Amino acid sequence: MSDLASAPGTTKGTDSTFAHIVYVLRSNPVTLLAFAMFAVLLLTGILGPALVPYDPLQSNAARALQPPSFDHWFGTDNLGRDVLSRVVVATRLDLAISVAAVALSFVIGSVLGSIAGYWGGWLDAVLNRLFDTIMAFPLFVLAMGIVAALGNTVENIVYATAVINIPFYARLVRAEVNIRRDAGFAQAAKLAGNSDIQVLALHIFPNALPPMMVQVSLNLGWAILNAAGLSFIGLGVRPPTAEWGIMVAEGANFIVSGEWWLAIFPGLALMFAVFTFNLLGDGLRDIVDPRQRS
Amino acid sequence: MAGRLSTIGVRITHAIPVILGVVVVSFLLTRALPGDPAVYFAGAAADEESIAEIRTALGLDKPLYEQFIIYAGDVATGDLGNSLSTGQPVLEDLANRLPASLELTLTALLLSCSIAIPLGVLAATRPGSAVDHLCRVLVTAGVSLPTFFTGVVLIYVFYYLLGIAPSPLGRLDFIYIEPDHVTGFYLIDAAIAGDWETWLGALKQLVLPAATLALFTLAPLARMTRAAMLSALSSDYIRTARAAGLTEDKVLFTYAFRNALLPVITTLGMVFSFTLGANVLVEKVFAWPGIGSYAVEALVVSDYAAVQGFVLAMALLFVALNLVIDLTYTLIDPRIGFETK
Repeated sequence: MSDLASAPGTTKGTDSTFAHIVYVLRSNPVTLLAFAMFAVLLLTGILGPALVPYDPLQSNAARALQPPSFDHWFGTDNLGRDVLSRVVVATRLDLAISVAAVALSFVIGSVLGSIAGYWGGWLDAVLNRLFDTIMAFPLFVLAMGIVAALGNTVENIVYATAVINIPFYARLVRAEVNIRRDAGFAQAAKLAGNSDIQVLALHIFPNALPPMMVQVSLNLGWAILNAAGLSFIGLGVRPPTAEWGIMVAEGANFIVSGEWWLAIFPGLALMFAVFTFNLLGDGLRDIVDPRQRS
Repeated sequence: MAGRLSTIGVRITHAIPVILGVVVVSFLLTRALPGDPAVYFAGAAADEESIAEIRTALGLDKPLYEQFIIYAGDVATGDLGNSLSTGQPVLEDLANRLPASLELTLTALLLSCSIAIPLGVLAATRPGSAVDHLCRVLVTAGVSLPTFFTGVVLIYVFYYLLGIAPSPLGRLDFIYIEPDHVTGFYLIDAAIAGDWETWLGALKQLVLPAATLALFTLAPLARMTRAAMLSALSSDYIRTARAAGLTEDKVLFTYAFRNALLPVITTLGMVFSFTLGANVLVEKVFAWPGIGSYAVEALVVSDYAAVQGFVLAMALLFVALNLVIDLTYTLIDPRIGFETK
């Protein structure tokens, strides 16, 4: 019965949300562009390895360090590998690292933040201290330290990036949960016989999701930068794996002698990805919270 | 004044648990080394007995809390262990290389503040103008720039294409002699020695890495200045000041700007955290002999004591900096008290 009663309301809610999204996209073509760029990035990540003209690891000394040409649009590197193929193939790894890291920090941050915000007390105090301590480090430097301590692998880059992002999510969730802890709907849900965990997970936490999505999008760009930075200084991804950070690092050795295409193209790809996520985050913020528009 | 002093005292005591937390985390990082540290330090040719010996020598057979107390004691006396690659105490290495990093970071921050703050103020006072749009584009593009990539592009343009920058290798071209060590800042040392040729040489080397770092910090600073200026300009006291017939300059700089400065200083703390991280990347690109490239070199050869010492030193530097920023804040804005928080 209650399902029937709420059904029209829900449809109406979805409709108006949809209308709002359409309105925002129409009035702000930049957000539409961001979604299109995101689609390009996603498709490259999924289909990239199937589309590239050359094997990204196949070296060929006869055509090393060739500038961009019709055969090799982005030129070839010092081992004769096709730069375009490597840049395209790297998309999947870079996206995978940052998505995995952000997903991890999203889940862990949500759980810890919910606990801190809902139950409060000493748990809240201890968790807050923990987040303060993480934030007391320059974050990139902490990530370096974590990767150095845990071992130099791609998984540890993911963990390190996740750890330094957890405080942002946990604090956001904590604030959102905390203000709704004693809200009418939460008390009603509790009176209806839901356990604390049910109230928290099904009734209170979903309210934190919209601002979390904005955070995720802004964070993804930062996570990619962070992961690429770590592999730029030689952590995590090992050669000959194609990854944007390490490709810029390898290309940097040739920039002083004028072979610009080695470093510039992977760097541009990295910028494109970060820019996409930043635009997307700003756009999502307009959809979620129109008041915060700057 | 007594009230202000106690405020400062309270703020300093707030830093103590954070410092403690930082030391705990860096202790955990040193104990999380892959494998058994005793095996690692004993070397490849060690047998069971010598490994056990080293374990006792390192104190690894003691319970964890006792190990922590020993570690904390070492840190308190400045003993961060010896670097495997240089053979020197880590603290000494860091102290030797810190001036290079500080010179780079401070120059970059000075540069970006002197561009970002006027830009933000101009954008806020002329909304919708060309300056405002320029500010927006810079802010969005700036946060998407990977520092290391900006550095590489700048080298390509200014060193390879235009040929006006010196080769991106360190603080001073080999044709110059290092100035006598006074502060460790080449620009200051050379000026003290009166050696203007070296001063110019050091400046030339500094421009590109500093510009790279500055481009990176420009975006958050300009964005914050613009937002803070906009909110200050729309406040009641500005309307009152205007109604009272004060000149536009007086309203803008004496009233609006001074109030807008507070959030900008807060942002500066956050920006510094990013800068310390980005420093590592920029130092690698420009072969700058600071503590960032020291840590990168140590990472490559798995010199853990050096890396962990670097992480700890950076964290303590950052905590100290935040303390200074908060104290500056209390001095600028007497309304701030820490008791209420």
